[in-house]
Amino acid sequence: MSTQTSNDRPNAAPPLIFELGQEGRANRYVEEGRPLDQFLPTSLLRDELPLPDNSELEVVRHFTKLSQRTFGIDLGFYPLGSCTMKYNPRVNDAMASKREFAQLHPYTPDEHAQGALQVMYELERSLSSLFGMAAFSLNPSAGAHAELAALLIAKKYFKDRGESHRDKVIVPDTAHGTNPASAAMCGFKVISLPSDERGRVSVEEIKKVVGPDTAVCMMTNPNTLGLFEDHIHEIAAAVHEVGGLMYYDGANANAIMGNVRPGDMGFDLMHLNLHKTFTIPHGGGGAGHGPVGVAAHLVDYLPTPYVRATPAKADATASNGRPLAPSDAMTYELDFDRPKSIGPMRSFWSNFAHAVRALAYIYANGADGLKKVSQLAVLNANYVRVKVADFLETPYPEICRHEFVASAQDLKKATGVKALDIAKALLDHGMMAPTMYFPLIVPECLMIEPTETESKETLDHFVEVLREIVETARKEPETIMAAPVKTVVGRVDETRAARQPDLKWEPASA
Amino acid sequence: MYTPHTQADIRAMLDAIGVGSLDELLAVPDAVALKAELDIVPALPEYQIARRFEHFAAKNAGVDFVSFLGAGAYRHYAPPAIATLAMRGEFLTAYTPYQAEVSQGYLQAIYEWQSYICLLTGMDMANASVYDGATALAEGTIMAINANGRKKVLVSRAVDPNYRAVLKTYCDGLDIAIDEIAIAADGTTDLAALKAAVASKEYAAVALQTPNFFGNIDTLDADALAAVRESSTVPIAVVSEAISLAALATPASWGAEIVVGEAQSFGVALAYGGPYVGFIAATKEHMRRIPGRLVGKSVDNDGRTAYVLTLQAREQHIRRERATSNICTNQAHCALIATIYLALMGKTGLRDVAALNLARSRELATSVSAIAGVDLKFTAPFFNEIVVDVHQNADDVLAKLRERKILGGVALGRFYPELSTCILMNATELTSTGDIEALATALSEVVHVHANV
Repeated sequence: MSTQTSNDRPNAAPPLIFELGQEGRANRYVEEGRPLDQFLPTSLLRDELPLPDNSELEVVRHFTKLSQRTFGIDLGFYPLGSCTMKYNPRVNDAMASKREFAQLHPYTPDEHAQGALQVMYELERSLSSLFGMAAFSLNPSAGAHAELAALLIAKKYFKDRGESHRDKVIVPDTAHGTNPASAAMCGFKVISLPSDERGRVSVEEIKKVVGPDTAVCMMTNPNTLGLFEDHIHEIAAAVHEVGGLMYYDGANANAIMGNVRPGDMGFDLMHLNLHKTFTIPHGGGGAGHGPVGVAAHLVDYLPTPYVRATPAKADATASNGRPLAPSDAMTYELDFDRPKSIGPMRSFWSNFAHAVRALAYIYANGADGLKKVSQLAVLNANYVRVKVADFLETPYPEICRHEFVASAQDLKKATGVKALDIAKALLDHGMMAPTMYFPLIVPECLMIEPTETESKETLDHFVEVLREIVETARKEPETIMAAPVKTVVGRVDETRAARQPDLKWEPASA
Repeated sequence: MYTPHTQADIRAMLDAIGVGSLDELLAVPDAVALKAELDIVPALPEYQIARRFEHFAAKNAGVDFVSFLGAGAYRHYAPPAIATLAMRGEFLTAYTPYQAEVSQGYLQAIYEWQSYICLLTGMDMANASVYDGATALAEGTIMAINANGRKKVLVSRAVDPNYRAVLKTYCDGLDIAIDEIAIAADGTTDLAALKAAVASKEYAAVALQTPNFFGNIDTLDADALAAVRESSTVPIAVVSEAISLAALATPASWGAEIVVGEAQSFGVALAYGGPYVGFIAATKEHMRRIPGRLVGKSVDNDGRTAYVLTLQAREQHIRRERATSNICTNQAHCALIATIYLALMGKTGLRDVAALNLARSRELATSVSAIAGVDLKFTAPFFNEIVVDVHQNADDVLAKLRERKILGGVALGRFYPELSTCILMNATELTSTGDIEALATALSEVVHVHANV
């Protein structure tokens, strides 16, 4: 491995947009406006607007430079565990940006937005079938938002049954951090459940903690170690026996899609991260899309609105005279009149542009294709797992699902090189680092999720790079601890950022 | 689709793993095995996917109507340069910038977003975004609850009804009670009622929207602000038409400590309701309570300027059930779009857009109020929306306008039973004089025909 010095780094950070431009260098996108005080008294107007005026070329160069200092899936392998960073097909974006979708106002009356409503309906029905739920609401904006919706549903359901004393939510210690945080936002008390030596929730442990105060047990399957909870039906039975509800965290749905369904495992509530499993671009951390799904006894509690379909004329035909597809022979409406609903989770109906993307992805695959997606995601993860086991500890050496965990604990003891250092060294090779230090129960954890869209050659290359990093760490650990050296900046001083927060640009006069 | 595996790859990889088949790799206990037939459409080749969506697109006729719809989602001009830049794959396919060394560009863009929001609102700090305006209000209210521990909040009835409904959803989870302040005759919040309510010192926060849901400028006056401060209630400003920030006195100037809102107006597509982008800004006293991501400026190990996610000790992945919020994903890409919009428009362009919105909405108000049987409901100064009273069922009038391919606005009866004859109408820089004349002609016909029945 070549040792580089920081002198090799490319350009320094571009100036902030506020440091560019000249007052009055305006782009003529709209007509000139009259002075504001011709419309409103000055007491209602602001004194100044300290924003820069930039030419379009300056702005284009600025953001193009920023994009070149940003790493995305389009640039290389992105094995970020639990995040499902798979290829984002461009046809999805092309469909979502069609004028008839992009410029449709949310208050367009249902009769003039039938196409949009049909997209939402077809997506909702497809997800319900794929995951074995009675219905989904497309209302929540992201995974954590849908988790909150699900727990609000549970809270209201128990209140209606006169069981508001149920205030405990059981969360395994491998759970995503959003699970306990969402539970706390509904006033539930969180019981953390330890995993057994197999990295799973044991039926005995569940039986010890469930009782008349149990509201919900939140689980993901496969769990965040990438392991399938093979006693899930017994765990669900134990929770149901005391009157509790089972919640499925769908962050790992890419491992099960078309192969096994949360509904069949005994889950009553679930969410999906369509931005993970259904190829919506992550966009640097959102917007996502997080539908919430429920079993039949909870449908009335879903967030509003719900897209309802009623059959149109039975003999309806398309304009070309051919019979209509079943969904084409329906009329659609947004149903807000759902008295038991927890209410809306957000301003408008759904992250509709993302519903278009997700439905396009379902069309591209069909049921068989979606099943194959999960199979190949699992194949890729296991292939990397067995290869990585040659040179890094894998604490759970068995068949995994879509992701697995490795540990740098032995390496750290021998050389001082930590999981963080390995992650930073990978960045120098044009790859994203795995998720680090999660789940919390694995020391020096590296959580690796290759996804199904990566080829065998890419996986082989990743394994070889990782092997080289570990070998270098054993010979010259300081090289790895100095990484990254090829990125535009070296390791960032996080302590300074937190102790002396600088969260915005200030005008020089301030 | 989108999987690169050859049959030979699959065989070689299964051999390396030591299993015989993909089915063996994904085996599950029989008790949970899939037995149902999945009801999913068969796979389509890409050109047929496009045809299917053409079919859906053709069923959205409303997109071609002359539109006066606003009410929390606004039609504004978005320069094509926004999409060219925002759709670059580096931005589009990045994850949350946890690895700062390979995310400097996105982190800088978010730092610029935070700076723009502070400059526009007059606040000390802003977060990296939240889902939308309504969730921003809910999360901002939780900040206030965490600040003073009170279990009730006060909201003006002139705040967007969708925002209030979402606030209720969130408050039901936390067992927080919501009381509403009445609307005065001029279409702004009844400040006398507000002062009387906060005097009880029971409320964690009081939220006002400006321009409010009816389009009227609606802020605390000096007396009301004094009463709010005296009662240690946190004043929250809600902004759902962000263009107004370029023209109106900042929320900071009339006393807001937390400003929440929706930035869809900054170049984000209407897209039938989402994704949009919420913002939360606050005075520095609230820094440790703000939810979501924050980007800070720091240095790297050689002293170069570098940006990084900071103050993460507030967040769910560190604090779990003790976090200030459960938010994880935010709306980074929409915030990027808004940042590019603000950079392109600049101070001059934004002022022009604001002035044109003021001008066109006044043209609209003059034109419709000249029609016999049609009046403006309120008298308060407004930004770019007006409430028009047609003195008959507003839904019927709007249906008649739709027959003439005009979306005349939002009927207010669904939110305010006492305003069932009223329509909320919006005009922006994209509203032409021709659009306004077409509406006025149609409206006078419709109202006249109805009045004669």
